[in-house]
Amino acid sequence: MAYFLQQLINGVVLGSIFGLIAIGYTMVYGIIGMVNFAHGDIFMIGGFVTIITFLVLGAIGLTWAPLALLLMLVIAMGFTALHGWAVERVAYRPLRTSNRLAPLISAIGMSIFLQNYVQIIQGARNKALGTPLISGSIQLMERDGFAVQITYMQIVIVVLTIVLMVGFTMLISNTALGRNQRACEQDMRMARLLGVDVDRTISLTFVMGAALAAVAGMVWLLYYGIIDFYVGFLAGIKAFSAAVLGGIGSLPGAMLGGLLIGLIEVFWSAYFSVEYKDVAAFAILVLALVFRPTGLLGKPEIEKV
Amino acid sequence: MVAAVEGARKATRTVPAMAKDAVIFAAVSLALAIPLVGFYITDQGSTNTLHTRFGPMFYGVGVLFLGKLALSFAESSEAIARRIALIGSALAVLWFVIAVTGVVQDDNQVLGWFTWIVVVAVAVRGWVESRRSGAAARAIATAEGTSLGAAVARLGRFLGPLFIGIALVAPFYAAAIDDKRLVDLGVLIFTYIMLGWGLNVVVGLAGLLDLGYVAFYAVGAYTYAVFSVKLGLNFWETLPVAGALAASFGILLGFPVLRLRGDYLAIVTLGFGEIIRIILLNWAELAGGAQGIGGIERPSFFGMPFTASPPEGTTSFNEFFNIEFSPMHRQIYLYYIILLLALLTNWFTLRIRKLPIGRAWEALREDEIACRALGINPTNTKLTAFAIGAMFGGFAGSFFATRQGFISPESFNFLESAIILAIVVLGGMGSQIGVVIATIVLIGGPEWFRDLAAYRMLAFGGLMVLIMIWRPEGLLAHREPTIRMHSQKRSA
Amino acid sequence: MADPPPAAGASSPTLLTVEHLTMRFGGLVAIDDVSFEARNQHITAIIGPNGAGKTTVFNCLTGFYKPTVGRLTLRPPAGGEFLLEQMEGFRIGQHARVARTFQNIRLFPKMSVLENLVVAQHNKLMRASGFTVTGLVGARGYRDAERRAVELARYWLDRIGLTDRADDNAGNLPYGAQRRLEIIRAMCTEPRLLCLDEPAAGLNPRESAELNELLLFIRDEQKIGVLLIEHDMSVVMKISDHVVVLDYGRKISDGTPAEVRNDPAVIRAYLGEAETDELPPEVAADLAEEGRI
Repeated sequence: MAYFLQQLINGVVLGSIFGLIAIGYTMVYGIIGMVNFAHGDIFMIGGFVTIITFLVLGAIGLTWAPLALLLMLVIAMGFTALHGWAVERVAYRPLRTSNRLAPLISAIGMSIFLQNYVQIIQGARNKALGTPLISGSIQLMERDGFAVQITYMQIVIVVLTIVLMVGFTMLISNTALGRNQRACEQDMRMARLLGVDVDRTISLTFVMGAALAAVAGMVWLLYYGIIDFYVGFLAGIKAFSAAVLGGIGSLPGAMLGGLLIGLIEVFWSAYFSVEYKDVAAFAILVLALVFRPTGLLGKPEIEKV
Repeated sequence: MVAAVEGARKATRTVPAMAKDAVIFAAVSLALAIPLVGFYITDQGSTNTLHTRFGPMFYGVGVLFLGKLALSFAESSEAIARRIALIGSALAVLWFVIAVTGVVQDDNQVLGWFTWIVVVAVAVRGWVESRRSGAAARAIATAEGTSLGAAVARLGRFLGPLFIGIALVAPFYAAAIDDKRLVDLGVLIFTYIMLGWGLNVVVGLAGLLDLGYVAFYAVGAYTYAVFSVKLGLNFWETLPVAGALAASFGILLGFPVLRLRGDYLAIVTLGFGEIIRIILLNWAELAGGAQGIGGIERPSFFGMPFTASPPEGTTSFNEFFNIEFSPMHRQIYLYYIILLLALLTNWFTLRIRKLPIGRAWEALREDEIACRALGINPTNTKLTAFAIGAMFGGFAGSFFATRQGFISPESFNFLESAIILAIVVLGGMGSQIGVVIATIVLIGGPEWFRDLAAYRMLAFGGLMVLIMIWRPEGLLAHREPTIRMHSQKRSA
Repeated sequence: MADPPPAAGASSPTLLTVEHLTMRFGGLVAIDDVSFEARNQHITAIIGPNGAGKTTVFNCLTGFYKPTVGRLTLRPPAGGEFLLEQMEGFRIGQHARVARTFQNIRLFPKMSVLENLVVAQHNKLMRASGFTVTGLVGARGYRDAERRAVELARYWLDRIGLTDRADDNAGNLPYGAQRRLEIIRAMCTEPRLLCLDEPAAGLNPRESAELNELLLFIRDEQKIGVLLIEHDMSVVMKISDHVVVLDYGRKISDGTPAEVRNDPAVIRAYLGEAETDELPPEVAADLAEEGRI
């Protein structure tokens, strides 16, 4: 029981990270109907910007955790969002009217490019955070010699995720930007005719998705203490699986899917085998696509003939 | 029409407007470069050290600024201004390079290459743009792309046999100059040509984006490895089994997902590729885990091994033909095997394009809904393409195993899939000769390209994006009808 | 004005029976309990204002949508029976042989005109090619079958005057020619029932007249049933034998062109009533038809 509870906590934390990445996939898919393959790498860039910011802050002697955390968050979101914007501008916008395969291949090219770009400029080795920014934990219960702990870091992660999710949902449902986004999702040409700046709306979608991926990257770095240029690949696929499982195009679905994928992966590792934990996520993706292609919270897609 | 307006706007821009554009461009580049280029981390054990390299960063941004400015001038509508500006900006770049290279340290000559790439890109773009207005550019680019493809396709009729002729005699040349590496390179190139042709069936003809093609390659390789090590079967006995098994995996994977949209298929095949690799990595009993499988039987020529001292009761190749033993013999034999397999793949593809199934693949790529209305079963048709592509991947995998004599999961990662896809995309989806050209350029390219693996992949990724933007159909995309009613016009 | 040419036989057998067809998208009813019949060797037109559910009827008939309620029966004159609502989309084309065209033309634009017509004969040619096996080795049977397929294509191309352009890409044809090509592509499947979704849309008067001629030829010489969605009343009144009028997903009239033309319900639907505050449901139905909800 205690073991189970501990895994549950770990799973929720991991799920929060996947959920944050999954939102980027689901929003982009919702608005322009493409899988942004490079999104996992945007997440990775978020992690790298975070660790560099961390070291810069350390170098200038700014080590008070709350302020450092806030600065890292803001800086990582800002720079990563810019990367997201640039990716859309360079690799996707020129292809908006072309066939379906072209933007997808362009996205894969972008993903390969970003991975190797970071590998070249930052080196192939793991980058470790070294000293943890937040340490310590609360012991929730102890039974049979097994202590259930929740670390302060885990609390920060979950709270941060919830705050961002709520803020983000309000942004989408209450502002003109959110309205424009939904308009573009429904009918891009009509939205344009009604005066919606479609290019700007799509750009902002990428910016928001990248900003949330940056948060996920930062959280990943703080939680695992380590990052390399390749993390975006697996984390990206898992987050995409989460988006599909939750119902692609649906924001709550992305979060729910992320949580489920996180929990499945953690429980699979805990009770079955660690080696095959990555297989679990893919298996879920395939099962979801076969039995419920619209996902848990997605709307059924009616073919336009 | 939007493009026309944009083109007109572009042409009439004033100098300050161009300068403003270039400043914005440079500012964005700088902002992108600050965190990841401006700083870098080195680690000793657990302590990180932060370094800066602002010099190269500013240099790079400076090059981009001048490049953008030069490009704007080059796109200007007034010819004289254009020429003067072009020369002026070229001089400026040159001055900048000379002035700054002395100051900024450039260890790997990365900055030097970067500068040259920018200069060449500006020159090419400027030359192209100055020949035509921005509005017509895209239409002309597409037309030229297809006419280039058409020219290559026309040439292909002569080039094809010529090419095969060269491929057939090449090993004798290599043997004459006793260059084993040349034969090795030939084997490598034809392996990728075969993989490219195999994937071309799936991506080029059927329009299904398969990102896990390497999985089928792995299935073929491990099938032969296991059959050889555990059951003692030889290469030729295993080859059909390997192909059939890979095809079955294709069907198994394809069946649940081929009903789905194209992008879902891409990600599921990507996941499948990883699953296969993880399973191989962890399956110690059969697949040897991370160590892989060694001691795989090398191919023999009608039962005659290519060894200096053959086992009891067998005659080695050199003994039989009464020639001196040379390790080249096996290499050359391997070369002819893969040449044969690759040509078989090509023959098969060219042939099947003219059969109803091949036409149905292309029709599905064009419009699946119309296909359904015409009574074509989309799932089965796609499955066939998927299975046939997988089968060729399996054949190539078996060959890989017998050539290496040792395989491990490391050889079957996503990068391999990405390289094969890059070959197909850059060569022009659906174009057989394009795959050959792309493989020679990408695989057989300059040695420095291979040594710096990260740079090679960087270039792959970047080229995939650029090709999609310039020619979404692929570099040499050109399509000849598979059946004609009237005989072809002579005028061409 | 000449009378519309009479159908071959007023007593020709019923080909298609639609009973209580209902299609809901979520809470929205796009088609509400529609029943009608279409006879063999008749041109049956389905008309109605925008968003009346006409295309949705076609999508149900050709298996793109599964009807919520209703029975769609095809009875070929030669005997047999197909329950279309229970068949998977492509099987309707393959076995029941109901062919269709689309409102927004769906050719294979990068394939040649001839290839478009040969792809339409896919199932026949697949069998002839021994499901690719004997075709691959170049067996004579397949070569003959392919030659016959080209002959059929030429027959239809001659009819619409596109034989010269057989080897050009379909996407490079002018709009009117693409419309005609899509119709003859459907004819190359050798259908029992041909469903045409606004074939006259965007055609000039001369092309429109040619289209009428083609449709009458298909009805009289090919002796099959034609189902026609059309806005162009001159086409509808001139060539159709029977007209079904839909409005807001319901059938409001059904009869010969002359009967329908004088039906007060039809006039009301087209000209509107004094109070035209009923836009929202029409917009909603329109959306449903396009599959947005």
